[in-house]
Amino acid sequence: MSVEAREARQPWILLSPALTAVALLLFVPLLFIVVYSFWLRTATGADQVGFFLDNWREALSDAFYRDILLYTLKIGVITTVVCALMGYPAAYFIARSKGNKAILLLLLMLPFWISYIIRTMSWINILGVSGALNSTLLAIGLIDEPIQMLYNQATVVLGLVHFLLPFMVLNVYVSLEGIDASLEDAACSLGATRWNSFVEVTLPLSLPGLAAGGLLCFVLGCGTYITPLVLGGPTDAMFANLVYEAIITQLDWPLGSALSLMLLAVLGALVLIYNKYLGMAQLMKGLG
Amino acid sequence: MDNTTRYERLRERYLNGDLDRRSFLGLIGAAGLAYGVQTPFNKGALAAVSQVRFDGWGGVVSEAFREYAFGPYTKATGIEVVDGTFGGGDEYLSRVKASQPGEYNIAHLSGVFDYARYHNLGLSSELNEDNIPNLQYVIPKLSDVFRKVSGGSLSCVPYDYGTTGLAYNRKHISDEEMKEKGASILIDEKLKGKIGGWSDWRTRVWMGALQTNQDPNDIKDIDAVWDAVRTHRDLALKYWTSGAELMSLLAEEEIYVTEGWSGRIYALQEQGHDIGYMDPPNGFGWQECLFVLKGSPMEACEELLNFMLDPATSIAVAEGQNYPPALDPQKVDLGKKIPTLPAFDPTGTLSGLTFADPGYWNGNEQDWSKTFGRVQKGY
Repeated sequence: MSVEAREARQPWILLSPALTAVALLLFVPLLFIVVYSFWLRTATGADQVGFFLDNWREALSDAFYRDILLYTLKIGVITTVVCALMGYPAAYFIARSKGNKAILLLLLMLPFWISYIIRTMSWINILGVSGALNSTLLAIGLIDEPIQMLYNQATVVLGLVHFLLPFMVLNVYVSLEGIDASLEDAACSLGATRWNSFVEVTLPLSLPGLAAGGLLCFVLGCGTYITPLVLGGPTDAMFANLVYEAIITQLDWPLGSALSLMLLAVLGALVLIYNKYLGMAQLMKGLG
Repeated sequence: MDNTTRYERLRERYLNGDLDRRSFLGLIGAAGLAYGVQTPFNKGALAAVSQVRFDGWGGVVSEAFREYAFGPYTKATGIEVVDGTFGGGDEYLSRVKASQPGEYNIAHLSGVFDYARYHNLGLSSELNEDNIPNLQYVIPKLSDVFRKVSGGSLSCVPYDYGTTGLAYNRKHISDEEMKEKGASILIDEKLKGKIGGWSDWRTRVWMGALQTNQDPNDIKDIDAVWDAVRTHRDLALKYWTSGAELMSLLAEEEIYVTEGWSGRIYALQEQGHDIGYMDPPNGFGWQECLFVLKGSPMEACEELLNFMLDPATSIAVAEGQNYPPALDPQKVDLGKKIPTLPAFDPTGTLSGLTFADPGYWNGNEQDWSKTFGRVQKGY
């Protein structure tokens, strides 16, 4: 075998364990889900094997699923915008701080050491009727009766922002770190104010990081079911909750499979659009 | 079907003239050969039973099981009990559906309708009751409903019972008001934002039936029930999904009224919270059982069930979880605490409780669970 042929094979040999894992743990299960989506659930809860389009017809034509999907996308957009507005200044501060970056980054990563469910549930102790916030407001006499703050759309967004903000900050931070600080100085030396140099130089150069953080926040936010379950009211369910209900409560694995593929297709399309215009490289930097 | 039943059927067919002598002897010979060939391996398989898997609700119930049943059982038999937990019957059924036969063995299931669901999915087994002598102490009515589902045999032993009644904060709702309004308190405009409810379709439909003055086991106007469920949804602050969440919402006064599980409400009362509990007429009664899944090592499971049904174990578990045991108070002295538990019936007849008719509820399960999924989300 020639040296060229051996060199051409080497990356594939090195990649083969990872590719095998991806094939076995991602593509094969996904294939099962695709097959399942064409089966039917019988009245007893058993599956009827075959090729039926009923689940897909229901998932695609029923306004109920469309509305919940749109609501999910709406919550995803709101969460992403809030994360961007809150995350950018924090990332900028870390990127421009001198000397204590490592501590600030460690603080940013700290929430990941606690379970996502525990972090979500902690809001009950903060915003509940007898929670920390109401107790403080009552103690200082600002209110006479506790305010009902939990179990609505706002608390769902709050819980999601709490969960996703570090992803946004990290992506923007990586992007800001890659910008030569002397460019801002150069803009100022040419007569731009600090604000102008930020708007004209720093912000445009950091947009890929912002977009990568936005994509991560949006995709993860749209796929969650814990936050609406714990912090949402009776009508605050998101699309992943429908998948959970179909599979766990109704034992309708075929319909649940069709619904999960539908969500995957919508979010996958957004990732493809992102990749077409901005590329995945920035996303990898943020995750790395 | 066991080998004895197969032989008896063959013999009957032979005696009735449906099978000639040659075929009969040939089949018996083949059966004997098969038995002779497989027995040495089968014996090995039986001897290899080294563990039994049990899945339950966790918490104090599992602790009591570990202390009073699993430990002594392992000591007596050398078989280890692998103790798992689940969040609900639906979730567990999904896990079992995705498993291989024999992977899961015994489950602490809720409701006769769950028993019927498992049976209809071909997941039930057939217990040899001779191996479970403590079954004699169980209230007969509790076993009979299971027998009816599985054609006379049992795939489980009844273990405890309770009710899903109305729980209310006495600071804000009086006992008199509860008596007057019953289940309709859950759709009282005055309490908007202070009402809770379990996100379980059966409970929601049951309460809707009571709110529209219908028999929960024979609903004539389901549209009226869905309207009541919608009204409740619009007035409710939160659908709770676990006993811990139910207790937290009531204890923290996020809600003033909800339906609740009798044992959990009793636990709140024990903690000193001024929470009242009332079973409205036709309130939701239920029983839990220890279900043995198909493909399990039967003798090992039967022996474990016998340990779990031992009065000392049953009483300890009942005192831990605050639900009366399935033991007949006419046959077993249940001590001091159990007679004070909500839903306890000293007569052992359970005539005061209304249980869900499994045939009726499972017949409507597919339609109603799906409809509730939509109604719950604002439709």
